[in-house]
Amino acid sequence: MLQGWVVVLASFAYLGVLFAIAYQADRRADAGRSVIANPLVYALSLAVYCTTWTFYGSVGRAAATGIGFLPIYLGPTLTLALGWFVMAKMVRVAKLNRITSIADFVASRYGKSQLLGGLVTVIAVVGIIPYIALQLKAVSSSFTILLSYPEIVMPAKAGTAPLLNDSAFYVAIVMAIFTILFGTRHLDATERHEGMVAAIAFESVVKLVAFFAVGLFVTYGIYDGFGDVFDRAQESARLSALMTTADTASSYGSWAGLTFLSMLSVLLLPRQFQIAVVENVNPDHIRRAVWVFPLYLFLINIFVLPIAIGGLLQFPTGVDADTFVLTLPMAHQQQAIALLVFIGGLSAATGMVIVETIALSTMVCNDLVMPVLLRMRSLRLHERQDLSGLLLEIRRWAIGLILMLGYIYFRSAGEAYALVSIGLISFAAVAQFAPAVIGGLYWKGGTREGALAGLIAGFLVWAYTLLLPSFAKSGWLPAEYMAHGLFGIELLRPQRLFGLTGLDEISHCLFWSLFANIGAYLGVSLLRAPNAREVRQATLFVDAEERGRVAGWRGGAPVADLLPLAGRFLGPERARDAFERHARSRGLAVVEDLPADARLVQFAESLLAGAIGSASARVMVASVVQEEPLGIDEVMNILDEASQVRAYSHELEEKSRELERATAELREANERLRELDRLKDDFMSTVSHELRTPLTSIRAFSEMLFDDPEIEIEERKRFLGIIVGETGRLTRLINQILDLAKLESGRAEWSTVAVDLAVVVRESAESMGQVYRDKGVALTFDLPAAETVVLGDRDRLTQVLINLLSNAQKFVAAGTGQVRVAVRRAGDVIRVEVADNGPGVPPEERETIFEKFRQGGSVLTDKPHGTGLGLPISRQIIEYFGGSLWVESDPGGGATFIFTLPVFGGDDR
Amino acid sequence: MNRSRLAAQRLVALFLLGCLLFNFPLLALFNRGGEVFGIPLLYAYIFGVWLALIALMAFAAEREQS
Amino acid sequence: MAKKILIVDDEPNIVMSLEFLMKKAGFEVAVAVDGEEALAQVGRVNPDLVLLDVMMPKKSGYEVCEALRADPARAGMKIVMLTAKGRETEVAKGMALGADAYVTKPFSTKDLVTQVTELLGA
Repeated sequence: MLQGWVVVLASFAYLGVLFAIAYQADRRADAGRSVIANPLVYALSLAVYCTTWTFYGSVGRAAATGIGFLPIYLGPTLTLALGWFVMAKMVRVAKLNRITSIADFVASRYGKSQLLGGLVTVIAVVGIIPYIALQLKAVSSSFTILLSYPEIVMPAKAGTAPLLNDSAFYVAIVMAIFTILFGTRHLDATERHEGMVAAIAFESVVKLVAFFAVGLFVTYGIYDGFGDVFDRAQESARLSALMTTADTASSYGSWAGLTFLSMLSVLLLPRQFQIAVVENVNPDHIRRAVWVFPLYLFLINIFVLPIAIGGLLQFPTGVDADTFVLTLPMAHQQQAIALLVFIGGLSAATGMVIVETIALSTMVCNDLVMPVLLRMRSLRLHERQDLSGLLLEIRRWAIGLILMLGYIYFRSAGEAYALVSIGLISFAAVAQFAPAVIGGLYWKGGTREGALAGLIAGFLVWAYTLLLPSFAKSGWLPAEYMAHGLFGIELLRPQRLFGLTGLDEISHCLFWSLFANIGAYLGVSLLRAPNAREVRQATLFVDAEERGRVAGWRGGAPVADLLPLAGRFLGPERARDAFERHARSRGLAVVEDLPADARLVQFAESLLAGAIGSASARVMVASVVQEEPLGIDEVMNILDEASQVRAYSHELEEKSRELERATAELREANERLRELDRLKDDFMSTVSHELRTPLTSIRAFSEMLFDDPEIEIEERKRFLGIIVGETGRLTRLINQILDLAKLESGRAEWSTVAVDLAVVVRESAESMGQVYRDKGVALTFDLPAAETVVLGDRDRLTQVLINLLSNAQKFVAAGTGQVRVAVRRAGDVIRVEVADNGPGVPPEERETIFEKFRQGGSVLTDKPHGTGLGLPISRQIIEYFGGSLWVESDPGGGATFIFTLPVFGGDDR
Repeated sequence: MNRSRLAAQRLVALFLLGCLLFNFPLLALFNRGGEVFGIPLLYAYIFGVWLALIALMAFAAEREQS
Repeated sequence: MAKKILIVDDEPNIVMSLEFLMKKAGFEVAVAVDGEEALAQVGRVNPDLVLLDVMMPKKSGYEVCEALRADPARAGMKIVMLTAKGRETEVAKGMALGADAYVTKPFSTKDLVTQVTELLGA
């Protein structure tokens, strides 16, 4: 059954299932019905922590050291207990700052430093490569072992087989292709991959089921339960030694060291950060993960020891303990379980490789390659609209490269170590992120240089004490320096650094690297105060919790203090109202009954925050609560807020200036309107007066005639004559008022044609002839032979001339009066003069006579005939046609009314 | 006092408890021969404490939801 | 002895109608056509009542009224203001200056005669 093609087919079928799950989950996510919006899925996806290291390696570790496999799982259990604190905060910070990877996280925390992002990426890639090699080694060797069924043959040493015959090479290629297909189909700005998370959760179930299957088979199939297994172990001195651990300081030290290391790794491994933080859809899911993930770890470890004991009993020698999970069922001809185990191991490996390489490729792309490409101005990338194709391309290459590096490490160093030891090299590498990340979450004093120095120092020590020795042990580097130190200096022996002994190589490395790392991080950070940019980012990271926390106050304050405080900003009445509502909501009758507790302080703070902003509100409340002194951060916050307020008030000032301008304009317009209104009012009053005057005569004489039939006939005729005259005056007045109103409002109808003014003068004179003859006034003309043509309305111009002629005869003496009309051309205007030998117009009246209802001269005598509107109307008409009308007069020498109009079709052209 | 903070404090307490229980010197007390229900003492101790810790964490994390 | 009335108005037709009315009612009538002439006439004929137009050339009715009331010797003289401007402020102004009555143009001849008779007969 376990022929090569069956195994290969089963493997690809399994990968196909994974792909289908991911595809389906992506589609559902697009449709808004996310499958991963589920705390259980989140907890299971965290179990990507369990790789082939757990699946195959734990048994190997247990077979060698007994309980030595356990710290790797106890650490994460403890970390998850802190998950509510640390993980939730990381998630909040990441979401707040749109963090997409752990490199991004560190870079962003220390002032968005690209250099830091790149450094973290390099450390992560270099550090994780052994871990990837571990997966390749596990899958390829399990594949090789399975193929030799029913024989149990350990695979040949890595690096000895030719490349094209090396199954690990093909595993690496298949995994690279699979991951590329899986993780870089499309680009998501949030770097979230719902389908991947769903598939990872599924893989977690598969590995647990597979491991349980083999565990149950060994414990209850081969043996008779746990008691039986352990009883048999007690029979062998070698096995019973596994039941306890060496009771030495170094043994406990290693135990504690590994626990600590795994506590950090479960947070800081790029894939764990990806799943726990970046892919987290709801921070509340952490609540479930807090116990489900540790429970998963517990379950997957229950059968480790029984399998290890079973393996050791089954194969005293010649079989690598890392393969017991697979070789035990094979030795008992359990082909189905063996195949299931292989699939379980494959699932453990693929889960790790997929998430790890996707996370790393994102970092390589975003924090290493793109910053460099964007700096190369010659590429003109910043001008390109769509970079997503390029980004995907970079990530695909990065995935391929990482897997190939993993393969190279496997070929070069893979054989010298057991699975767990390889993995621990990677754990120690990512532990270098701890000071920068954890410190950055809780301490605001860290600076960019501090983080850089810490990371570099830690990484160098790690490489010197752990990575290089792994090459040396494989013969890739001269073993010389291992034994005698660099340059032969004993103190620099990589795994006895400064003569430190008594620790295993991992704890040794962990101690020295973190010593250097933390020392450099703190020391360099403290060289200078953080700059404004770092403080801003530090506040965003460290204080991320403050906003989420509901009750931030540990102290209380009495109503008597809080109410006046709120009253100062809100006004006493509004503050009192709000406090009364709060009291009622707590079932209290009066405000004074409110207890001086944190809830009241909280209420007052939020009340104030609405008025003066949250930071200021906090300070104000703190002044009453006196809980804690004002920290520099609060001051920064207040300054931030204050500058916002300043910007806002600047805006307000601008607005109010605009408003002032608008108001001034309005006021001006209003003044003009008022003035116009006053003028109109005066005009109406005057019109009313002018209309009432003839009406008064008409009414008086009519009543007198009506009341007194005795009046003589002569008297009657005189009275009726007056009534007729006054009626005519009234009619003229009304007509002229309407006419003027039309002229002034621009609603008058004009017909503009060519008019010969000499003709108009003659016609007007003819119509006035009778009036002049009646009064005995002489009318003479001075008209040129040439044409005196202007553009105008014939009737209107006639109206002007009749008005002037009429006025003239009114003011001259009967019998001796003389009026002379002259028309002539003066330049490009035609000039018309109407001169009389009357009393003339005094200088002070020469303008006023053109105002409405202002009459000049001896008013009494001629009053019934004038309306006081003739001249204003005439001037309106002349000005309409582009001319002007005025009066010239010598006292006693008569008056001359003159108007000019532009010549039409003049020769001046 | 807010419930969420209470839960967080309980979990921190469990973390500290776990750190103590899983390490020297308490671990040393059980680092000897002997069995509990057929299971070696050290394993019985570690797995027992582990499971109890998980149960308490579940209790602390989930309880305040209701 | 017939009471004397001074008619002050710049409109000849109105003067004519008032003159006719007052004479018919049995009063002696004098006429002035502007404010200055009015003051001169008052000194000359010493009227019992002045019918005073407000809008006049040279001196307005208000000014004439004010001048007449400033003379304590003429405290008993009645003043009836006539105006074509019927706005309340103008009525109030006239009354404040010491006019005895205020008649708006166009007036009812009967009412005017009644009012003048009452002012002089009482």
